[in-house]
Amino acid sequence: MKEKYELRLYVAGKTQKSVTALSNLKKYCEEHMHGEYSIEVIDLLVHPQLAEGDQILAIPTLVKKVPEPVRKIIGDLSNEEKVLVGLDIRRRKIS
Amino acid sequence: MTRKKVHAEKQAGINELAKTSTGIPGLDEVTLGGLPTGRPTLICGGPGCGKTLFALEFIVRGVELYNEPGVFIAFEEKPEELAINVASLGFDLEKLQQEKKIKVDYIHVDKTEIEETGEYDLEGLFIRLGYAIDSIGAKRVVLDTIENLFLGLMNEGILRAELRRLFTWLKDKGVTVIITGERGEKTLTRQGLEEYVSDCVILLDHRIINQISTRRLRVVKYRGTLHGTNEYPFLIDEEGISVLPVTSLRLDKPVSTNIVSSGIDELNNMLGKGGFYKGSSVLVSGTAGTGKTSIAASFIKHACENGERSLYFAFEESPMQIIRNMHSIGIDLKKYQDAGLLEFYASRPTLYGLEMHLVAIHKAIKKFRPDVVVLDPITNLITVGSVSDVKSMLVRLIDFLQSEQITVMFTALAMNTIVNDQTDEGVSSLVDAWIQIKDIEMNGERNRGLYVIKSRGMRHSNQIREFVIKDTGLNLIDVYLGPEGVLTGSAREAQKLLEETGHLLHSHAISRKDRELIRKRKVLEARIESLKTEFESTEEELNKVYFEEEIKKDAEAVTRQKITDLRKGVKLKTEENKKTTKEK
Repeated sequence: MKEKYELRLYVAGKTQKSVTALSNLKKYCEEHMHGEYSIEVIDLLVHPQLAEGDQILAIPTLVKKVPEPVRKIIGDLSNEEKVLVGLDIRRRKIS
Repeated sequence: MTRKKVHAEKQAGINELAKTSTGIPGLDEVTLGGLPTGRPTLICGGPGCGKTLFALEFIVRGVELYNEPGVFIAFEEKPEELAINVASLGFDLEKLQQEKKIKVDYIHVDKTEIEETGEYDLEGLFIRLGYAIDSIGAKRVVLDTIENLFLGLMNEGILRAELRRLFTWLKDKGVTVIITGERGEKTLTRQGLEEYVSDCVILLDHRIINQISTRRLRVVKYRGTLHGTNEYPFLIDEEGISVLPVTSLRLDKPVSTNIVSSGIDELNNMLGKGGFYKGSSVLVSGTAGTGKTSIAASFIKHACENGERSLYFAFEESPMQIIRNMHSIGIDLKKYQDAGLLEFYASRPTLYGLEMHLVAIHKAIKKFRPDVVVLDPITNLITVGSVSDVKSMLVRLIDFLQSEQITVMFTALAMNTIVNDQTDEGVSSLVDAWIQIKDIEMNGERNRGLYVIKSRGMRHSNQIREFVIKDTGLNLIDVYLGPEGVLTGSAREAQKLLEETGHLLHSHAISRKDRELIRKRKVLEARIESLKTEFESTEEELNKVYFEEEIKKDAEAVTRQKITDLRKGVKLKTEENKKTTKEK
């Protein structure tokens, strides 16, 4: 049974980069893992205390909590290849 | 609120840069007040030079001394590790965190966990920092070591732009920031952080010379204010960091005309004014085993008996050893130690570098506040530094002691080698009084001769005294000055005996002469007596003749009268004469 992807996207307000990242993320998820994922968007301007838990420095940051290992992808997620490798999707497909 | 306050401070001192005291002893003196308030300061140095501790102490002291909360952002160590590391210094990070005085935030950047794609910024860091600062109202912030970001994030262009933005942002926040940075090969920091932090840069250094390490600190740059430019040694011990602003010296120390006794009466007499001036420095030099420590001990004994506090820096013997050995000359140092008047500070010279010794001595003196200090012996310090190093250290030490009005006695071992003679000379020009003990070798034995070579501002004796150590204490004896020169020890005793014998013989001879005189007088007197008798008898003889002559004359006169009377035939007269004779 496949584990469901739990993804968190940390943003700080509605900046251009955040918006781009979110739309990119949604696109990849739909393409590669329909229905097997959940995306949580956390706005640090609203909840600054949450930045500590996932060791967030850069904005935007995508954190994959499940499945292990935890990975972080920072940036506006414009490079599809890198995002997929980062989320361990590409590799699994090859193998 | 924080911002408003800082603004107010800035406006209050338009001409002067507002400074935040670090609370680190000595550093505030070097920087003439502390780090620039509301601005970032870069602290850089090689590994293990104390950057993190420095920064952490800045935060902790800020809370303890100035009630300024602080945020410590750790990029290297976890909060638990930090807390353990500094617990040995007496900093209770846990407690301070619970009291909301300090916030330690650990930012972990792991390259293996991070994938970069596309544009990003470090707003997350800003938010965290801002959150941490606002949650406790922090005024002090430490970023230790922000360079770690360069290890985790690939896009240097973004990183540099963001760092620049970060420092501007921190300035706007009005917090005083310390940023630590690892020293680079050609630049102050590996990533050139000094580009962004242009207000104040402090360089820490950990140098090893002759296998002995010395930590040093230098204010490389401090925009808008004066600061000490030299390298200052600093010490990390169980109380944290202390910096020694050693070379900010001027010759304007107060002087005293009070006298401190040397503890040896005869020596006081030799010095002219009954002792040393208070706050002066005294050098006692001599070859091995001449009793330098004994002089120092009796100096301390006297001070302690007058209720003055003494500090004894032993670089050769342990306190136990000194106490035991001084028992043999009747000085009980233990008593004073128990009474809290005397404290020993013993350390091997090779324990750390000269500068560190100086810092340690400073600290001990500041803590104990003694009236009298003994350093025994300073020559041992040469094992850790060159002659000129020792001299420059002693200059600074003497200067410090003078400003504190502490009388200091150094002992120095003189060996008959050129180098150490120079040491003596080097130091002797600094000290106010110099007592030298020399071995006088004669007739197969060695005796100690004590000289007062100099004593500034006093008419000191130019005489040599023989220095005698007995089990009751120290004593100075006038040396024997005879026809054969200066004699000491048994030679002096022998000469004394010889003199006594001579004296006896002499007095014997004199008494014999006296007796003879008496006898002669007696003889003469007897002769005078006999002559007198002779004269009397002659006189008598002469008188007898004279008398007879008189009597004869009288008789003849009477006879002649009788004859005359007979011739005249006056009988009556004869009868009358008969009658008168009968009546008679």
